[in-house]
Amino acid sequence: MITDTIAAISTPLGEGGVSTVRISGDDAFMVAEKIFKSKNNKSLSAMAGYTAAFGAVYDGDERLDEAVALVFRAPKSYTGENTVELSVHGGIHLIRRVLRAAVTAGARVAEGGEFTKRAFLNGKMSLTEAESVMSLISAKNDRALNIATRNKQGALSKRINALTEKLLYLVSQISVFSDFPEDDTLFISEDVFKTSLTAILGELTSLIADYDKGRLITEGINTVIVGSPNAGKSTLMNLLSKTQRSIVTSIAGTTRDIVEQTAKVGDYTLLLADTAGIHQTADEVEKIGIEQALQRLETADLCLGVFDSSVDVTDDDKELINRIKDKATLLVLNKNDLQCSGNNYYETLNLPFVKISALTGEGENDLVGAIAELLKLNELDPNAEVLQGERQYNTVLRAKNAVNEALLAINGGVTLDAVGILIDDALSALLELDGKKITTEVANEVFKNFCVGK
Amino acid sequence: MQTYFAENIDVAVIGAGHAGVEAALASARLGAKTVCFTINLDWVGNMPCNPSIGGTAKGHLVREIDALGGEMGKAADANTLQSRMLNRGKGPAVHSLRAQIDRRDYSAYMKHTLEKQENLLVRQAEIINLEKVDDLWQLTTALGAVFTAKSVVLATGTFLKGKIFVGEVNYEGGPDGTFAATKLSESLLKLNLPLRRFKTGTPARVLKSSIDFSRLEEQNGDEQTVPFSFETKTAPQNIVSCHISYTNDKTKEVILNNIHRSPLYGGVIEGVGPRYCPSIEDKIVRFADKERHQLFIEPCGKNTEEMYLQGMSSSLPEEVQLKFYRTIEGLEDVKIMRPAYAIEYDCIDPIALFPTLEVKGHSGLFGAGQFNGSSGYEEAAAQGLVAGINAAKLAKGEELFHLSRSGSYIGTLIDDLVTKGCADPYRMMTSRSEYRLILRQNNADERLTPLGYELGLISEERYLKFKDTLNIKNAEIERLENTYASPTDAINEMLMKKGTAPLKAGVSMADLIRRPQLSITDILPFDKNHPILSEELLDKVETEIKYSGYIKRQLASVKEMHRMENTKLSVDTPYNEIDGLRLEAKEKLSKVKPLSIGQAMGISGVSPADISVLIIWLSKKGH
Repeated sequence: MITDTIAAISTPLGEGGVSTVRISGDDAFMVAEKIFKSKNNKSLSAMAGYTAAFGAVYDGDERLDEAVALVFRAPKSYTGENTVELSVHGGIHLIRRVLRAAVTAGARVAEGGEFTKRAFLNGKMSLTEAESVMSLISAKNDRALNIATRNKQGALSKRINALTEKLLYLVSQISVFSDFPEDDTLFISEDVFKTSLTAILGELTSLIADYDKGRLITEGINTVIVGSPNAGKSTLMNLLSKTQRSIVTSIAGTTRDIVEQTAKVGDYTLLLADTAGIHQTADEVEKIGIEQALQRLETADLCLGVFDSSVDVTDDDKELINRIKDKATLLVLNKNDLQCSGNNYYETLNLPFVKISALTGEGENDLVGAIAELLKLNELDPNAEVLQGERQYNTVLRAKNAVNEALLAINGGVTLDAVGILIDDALSALLELDGKKITTEVANEVFKNFCVGK
Repeated sequence: MQTYFAENIDVAVIGAGHAGVEAALASARLGAKTVCFTINLDWVGNMPCNPSIGGTAKGHLVREIDALGGEMGKAADANTLQSRMLNRGKGPAVHSLRAQIDRRDYSAYMKHTLEKQENLLVRQAEIINLEKVDDLWQLTTALGAVFTAKSVVLATGTFLKGKIFVGEVNYEGGPDGTFAATKLSESLLKLNLPLRRFKTGTPARVLKSSIDFSRLEEQNGDEQTVPFSFETKTAPQNIVSCHISYTNDKTKEVILNNIHRSPLYGGVIEGVGPRYCPSIEDKIVRFADKERHQLFIEPCGKNTEEMYLQGMSSSLPEEVQLKFYRTIEGLEDVKIMRPAYAIEYDCIDPIALFPTLEVKGHSGLFGAGQFNGSSGYEEAAAQGLVAGINAAKLAKGEELFHLSRSGSYIGTLIDDLVTKGCADPYRMMTSRSEYRLILRQNNADERLTPLGYELGLISEERYLKFKDTLNIKNAEIERLENTYASPTDAINEMLMKKGTAPLKAGVSMADLIRRPQLSITDILPFDKNHPILSEELLDKVETEIKYSGYIKRQLASVKEMHRMENTKLSVDTPYNEIDGLRLEAKEKLSKVKPLSIGQAMGISGVSPADISVLIIWLSKKGH
């Protein structure tokens, strides 16, 4: 039962100008009044919604800080409940004291995502909107932020709704087909039915394809850097991440474990993994490192193969090329700054490549462009509605598979009553996607991923 | 009026239409002392509208009624004039049996069945008062007899404050020239039952010899007919044919020129008519761009020349009826024997009922049929059966039962009525069920006969026979899955002729049956050891093999629904005190009082978010 009042810090934990504790629930005003005294003795519960009062926050008798209290009245608040937001000067310690005071006054610390959960349960937002709140909060870059904002505004819901409508129309056609057998004029032809189904399949397919690209944007691109020892992998990593995390020496085999680093490159986020140089070695420790590097290669979204173009090609290099040539690989031909020995072997491989100097940074922009091109990230319409999270992805995948099966079935001569089951399945997947159909798991599954605050 | 005490009984059924007869028979068969009241003893089980039983989804209902131990299927089989399986070729989920019925013979059969039934008295009387005195229901007849009963089933059909409309003429009356029940509504209003007005209508009956059949398309019965009842041994014979004709521009013109004389459009009728069974004037106004409407000319019986004009019900004045009927090809000189009419009647908002069909807050009072807002003989009979069983159970002090949505069309029908309510007379359709492929007409016995046996409406003999057949079917499916066809020239020739790929290696018989182009009878000649099975069993075996993948898929959603249905809600759940529920949801839930989360999910105005609040509330309460 949702009767209790919850509180949480709803601004980032860190040194900032202002920090806020949000209190929401039936007793939000009562709780807030216990810890906040306005300068002119105004009581919060007497204030109109969307008004503010200036005063101070107390923990018992102890005055903590000056504060502004912002009052929201149900249902016109984020959660749809009575809500008070107390803003004090920034500072981790201070804001934690305010939260503790709120708890002493009768609130409970909110669980992850609980404010948004209440907003959903009180009918303030659809499920996909709720999920995008989570993405908004954890957006790693501008592109991800853009996608999350659009979904929060309901763009994805609209796109799904349009598909739902189309499927509903087909379902109604099946009803006409079965319930009014004496009147053939009511049913659209089987050909029209198939055409419509094919169009729906196309849209679901593009949602899925966009998701894969969208995931790279919102969650970051799993990137593994491989190459022969001392080809300059760590230098590249440090260049991209603007840090000195990887130890760089001219001694080959310096990096033995996988070193991970997040790098913001242009509009994208690379989750970089710098690996041990892959080559034949008798060194046991190095062997383990190489083994790890190869494993990482299997699961990566992107492989940056770093090669020293100033020296001759070795057998190790050729073998490495063989290992990575079928992956999403970009050859990074390094040490452009050294006088080139005239080795243009890599450029003849029919693999995408860029020439850079990891040391001087020359060619870095080319690298960014080549990555976007390789992963077709530019093909993603920046204004397109993109699925977020595995739950949404799996639900749409279910719908797509069902529609695909339905088409195969019709074409194979299966009767429409059976085909209808597949269409029903697709429909219920899309309804679940936006929380229009609830199964016991859906709500809990979605909300457990939310972070505290929103 | 001087009254006298007549009798104390277990169950009183008010009405002997299709709901009333099933309720009375079920109650008496379960051992409850039952009286069935009817305003006119000559109209027991009457068909005041089309002389036919079954049709899409309705055929499913009849088979389910039969599987549970009801009477309708047997009565229909015994009085069939013509039988057809509709939607053949459209897949097993939507196959629907429909039969033309001899209307008077059917009524006589039903009356006699009631008369012969132990524990049952069928009695001509109008009930004018119903009230609860102490713990018993007290019923008073128009002639002053007072009965007391533990349970009452209201199966009043269109009789309750019935009013007939033909053009500008209207008068109190029941169907087919009977009296209306004018007084009972008052005592129902005193009980605070939410009554309202619905409307329905019927076309004219015309003289056979006035029709020019030479100009009409003939529609014959199936060569191989199938009975409704799982107990009927002989296939019904086709002894009549039906005919098809169409309305035209002239028809439209006559109707539109006189539309102001229709009580429906003049606003005289306040009741709401059935959306899926509209009058011809309604069809012409609502579907203005449709060039023509189909009509079927159906015989009413063996010993009559009356013909029924299906699809042409009307409440226009008699002279206008004659005029527009005569615009239709084949009907140019038609003679009307009984004019078309509309009838308006009192019924209850079914939200006031539990899925057991008991009225909320009135223990022992049940509703069935048109009284509950439905339309159609089959819908009525299905509810009558459930109400009758529960009326008897209540009289015997046993726990009431209800059917699930995922297990039957009857369950779907009742769930729709009591959970969603209905804005117009409710007609059953296959599209109302989410579980069409599982709720087939050919497996109604498997779904419901074990329950009918448990309830006490299916005999030991029938049950054992059912189980035998079930075992044979399962064994045959198993055998076909494990018997292989080898790629011989003979079989490949057949396969190619049927337009499907020849065999390169051995493949199971079942896999061949799964090919959409093939039927089980195509395969049998290549399956030397196959047992000789009845048509009925072959049909079951074929359906289950052919659609096994789809059936499995649907069973998965049934499982999810069962989970929701098994999450029980108490009738006393304090919805108004559950925070997080929206106001509309609180109101609707308090009104419907759903018995489970599954039922709550179907309430319009209760959103998925409300359902999650309920689930969370339940789980917190459980801790």
